[in-house]
Amino acid sequence: MNNLITKLGLVFFVIGLGVFISSLFIGTYQLNDEALKAAVYGDQGKFNTLSKATIDLRGKTFNNSHAFAKDFLWAFHQKNEQLKANEDWDNVIWDNPKELTLKAAKGSYIGWIKENRWGAFAITFVLAIIGAAMYVLPKFNEGPAGIKNNGIFHSAMKNRGWLGMLTGAFLIIFYIVLYFYPQYVVSWTLIVDPLSWGLSGGDASQWFLYGTLYTISILVMGVRMIAKYRHSAYQVVRTFSVMFFQLSFAFIIPEILIRLNKPYFDFKDMWPLNYDFFDAWSLDQLQNSGGIGVFMLAWGVTLFLVGVPVFTFFFGKRWYCSWVCGCGGLAETLGDPYRQLSDKSMKAWKVERYLIHAVLVFAVVMTAGVLYTYFTGAGTVLGINTGSLRSTYGFAIGSIFSGVVGTGFYPLMGNRVWCRFGCPLAAYLGMVQKFKSRFRITTNGGQCISCGNCSTHCEMGIDVRHYAQRGQNIVRSSCVGCGVCSSVCPRGVLNLEVKDEAGRYNQPILIGNDSVKINDLPSIK
Amino acid sequence: MNLGNYKINSGVIRLPMQHIVIIGNGISGITAARHIRKKSDFRITVISSETDHFFSRTALMYIYMGHMKYEHTKPYEDYFWKKNRITLKRAFVETVDTEEQQLYFSDGDQMAYDKLILATGSKPNKFGWPGQDLIGVQGLYSFQDLENMEANTKKVSRAVIVGGGLIGIEMAEMLLSRNIPVTFLVREANFWDNVLPKEEAEMIGRHIREHHIDLKLSTELKEIVSDDGGRVKAIITGNGEEIPCQFVGLTAGVTPNIDFLKASNIELGRGIMVNEFLQTSADNVYAIGDCAEFKTPIGERKPIEQVWYTGRMMGEALAETICNKDTAYLPGVWFNSAKFLDIEYQTYGWVWATPRENEAVFYWEHAEGKKSFRIVFDKASDEVLGINVFGLRFSHEVCDEWLKHKKSIQHVMENLRKANFDPEFFKRHETEISENFNQSFPQLAITITKKKKRFALFG
Repeated sequence: MNNLITKLGLVFFVIGLGVFISSLFIGTYQLNDEALKAAVYGDQGKFNTLSKATIDLRGKTFNNSHAFAKDFLWAFHQKNEQLKANEDWDNVIWDNPKELTLKAAKGSYIGWIKENRWGAFAITFVLAIIGAAMYVLPKFNEGPAGIKNNGIFHSAMKNRGWLGMLTGAFLIIFYIVLYFYPQYVVSWTLIVDPLSWGLSGGDASQWFLYGTLYTISILVMGVRMIAKYRHSAYQVVRTFSVMFFQLSFAFIIPEILIRLNKPYFDFKDMWPLNYDFFDAWSLDQLQNSGGIGVFMLAWGVTLFLVGVPVFTFFFGKRWYCSWVCGCGGLAETLGDPYRQLSDKSMKAWKVERYLIHAVLVFAVVMTAGVLYTYFTGAGTVLGINTGSLRSTYGFAIGSIFSGVVGTGFYPLMGNRVWCRFGCPLAAYLGMVQKFKSRFRITTNGGQCISCGNCSTHCEMGIDVRHYAQRGQNIVRSSCVGCGVCSSVCPRGVLNLEVKDEAGRYNQPILIGNDSVKINDLPSIK
Repeated sequence: MNLGNYKINSGVIRLPMQHIVIIGNGISGITAARHIRKKSDFRITVISSETDHFFSRTALMYIYMGHMKYEHTKPYEDYFWKKNRITLKRAFVETVDTEEQQLYFSDGDQMAYDKLILATGSKPNKFGWPGQDLIGVQGLYSFQDLENMEANTKKVSRAVIVGGGLIGIEMAEMLLSRNIPVTFLVREANFWDNVLPKEEAEMIGRHIREHHIDLKLSTELKEIVSDDGGRVKAIITGNGEEIPCQFVGLTAGVTPNIDFLKASNIELGRGIMVNEFLQTSADNVYAIGDCAEFKTPIGERKPIEQVWYTGRMMGEALAETICNKDTAYLPGVWFNSAKFLDIEYQTYGWVWATPRENEAVFYWEHAEGKKSFRIVFDKASDEVLGINVFGLRFSHEVCDEWLKHKKSIQHVMENLRKANFDPEFFKRHETEISENFNQSFPQLAITITKKKKRFALFG
């Protein structure tokens, strides 16, 4: 019975996903005045300019978003280049051309989805969610509660088999389209319009679409995580936490703020992960939004300046990385099936340390440059253009590393690629965790049998066993405190603890042997 | 590179160069090798016919179950051995000549040693059952056993496991992970009840059945029946029941793997006879781990200890003897652990299946029947002698401290919270356990401390 429900669920999910993907290729496009007006937020000047520029597109029917976007963007660029050549700076349109194109395309769209947004939502999102629920919920009845890792390394999905490769390819393409070709996701944003109207009141952008998919992934796969680890109160509470923070702080509250005409703000997102916090437009917007804007500004600064050291001292970096953070939330839920794919070698650890601290330095330098420009008006520092520093960071780190590689590579390199190798906030939290924190993973005396479950299932690629088999505490800057090492340990050897700082480091207490004192030995690696 | 005089340099004691040869690359042999390397510059060679590299034998089951791959069970990356100048040799030692201090390999090669460490482990017991060597009948100890099991369990519609111990239940769990129905023959009245007290043995029995394993208690194997191709097709139990099956796991214990020494002049019993310094009857030959048998057992310990931890400790002690001064193997308080399907087990000190004359016992079991706590103490002195926990994690350090310092039952019960090693947010049972204890032993009643704040965040 369960088996049938599960299989049917999988079918529903695949149908929902299939319809969702195919929806991109249905519908036609005819440019009209309303579409243009909406695209420029009713700005009459821009409307006039664009209206003239796109006069050749009028009356034409485009059979897909690609054809529409191609002509529209071409016309847009032609006009802008002409205005620039004439030094008619007042009329040049500085909006992001691809996002503007997406809005124009949404207004120009003709087809079933537009008249039946709820229907389209039902046969894509709702169907896929129901399917996923049918697949996930029976797991609560799947045998007695306990570790459920059977067959992981025999699975085509979880051990870099064809399904994993396919999933990885899909995710990578998805992120590339989302970041670099948003003008093609017209029907996807149409489908989530009703949800956006209900929350912010406005039409859905590609970012709203992304937020919706992100939140649903965390919720659905969060339920899966809870089913899988239902014997561990720590995992259950922690998973509820990431689901809560994603749904409220990251998804609903910012949209409500928009509805209230306040700046979009995620109260748990923090610099340097949130690298545009100190951008000129962001600072201006917050300062121009009255009391609440100033509060947001102060909150954002306090969070990383005071919140990080204080909370990390008491709880370790997990308070953020595996309990609150959105990237962490996705990794711990959608990414959980891939945690065992992280590289545990010494070499990977070396790469990790260079890379993540280099990104932190990059983020600090970039932000300092941006702030310098903001306060002095000078566009360059020491001959470096701060604007291009900022856009390089946004492209290389913000889009490619954290998105395309960070999530797209889940099925290839594990679920914490970004958090481990790239996140500048994780690097900062890690420094505090390593040098000034009460947090550690305690090894239970001499009980380790070196089986390797802890290391294998560590998403951060920490060789946990290396420490456990020596009886040492595990104090590593990268540890996000997910607690899975402790869960999978068959001998109850590992425990996440906050205790007095004294004796946290390098204390081999391999007890049980009175013949020799292991503590006195010089260590070898 | 003979260094001549002894000298101490940065903690490493330099003795004249010797060739230390270790047969067996399990936890015992490898621990010895690592510690000898830490303490000396001796030439070290580790010989194994099983695998090129050290792996965790206890993790074999997880490879079969798909929790890990073989690579994951190697505690050290492959570069480690060269970097630490430990030579690994894949070969099978056929004979040992202790007069000439030479080893002879099955491929005709030979090797001289200055000191020889035998760490050859065990092999599964076979008690002469008819059909015990048929295709599809095997034990589980070595990497080759795992490979055989992989091959032997393809297209199997039922498996039978014979012998209710730790390897038996592991094998059952392995087969379950591949959805192979399992019949589990246990000779005793309850699972592993020569070690576990009745209540715990029954708890595990219930848990085995909860996993839909067909547990047959008080049932012996009489015969394994062959099909026309020399493959197992059924077994017959002691009471004549025939159970069709295509795989039989023989897990009735293990025995020291010492056949290759029978022609040597090393004194053998069931294992290789050693004194407290792990020396055998032959000069410069030592034995550690599963294959060693103590002439004089230590305290309550068995003469042959077939446990991961004891193998490790023997390796640690022997390295000291070889590099510095004679150091007796002197294990501290006994401890062990295991996992029975989903239920974890830890034990500290001595808890016997049936209490001895001088012992009083307190036992608590959780209402859901998957967690328990047992404490054994001396009736006269109140000294705590042993602790068993199931489904709870206890701190090794704390328990070791209590038992080593012969703490009283009242002291331990009053400080029970200190031993808790469960993850955060897990349900705590100390109050309930203490209340039950006071009811059972009113004359020893303890003050029940109030539960500490559940979220002792800053505590």
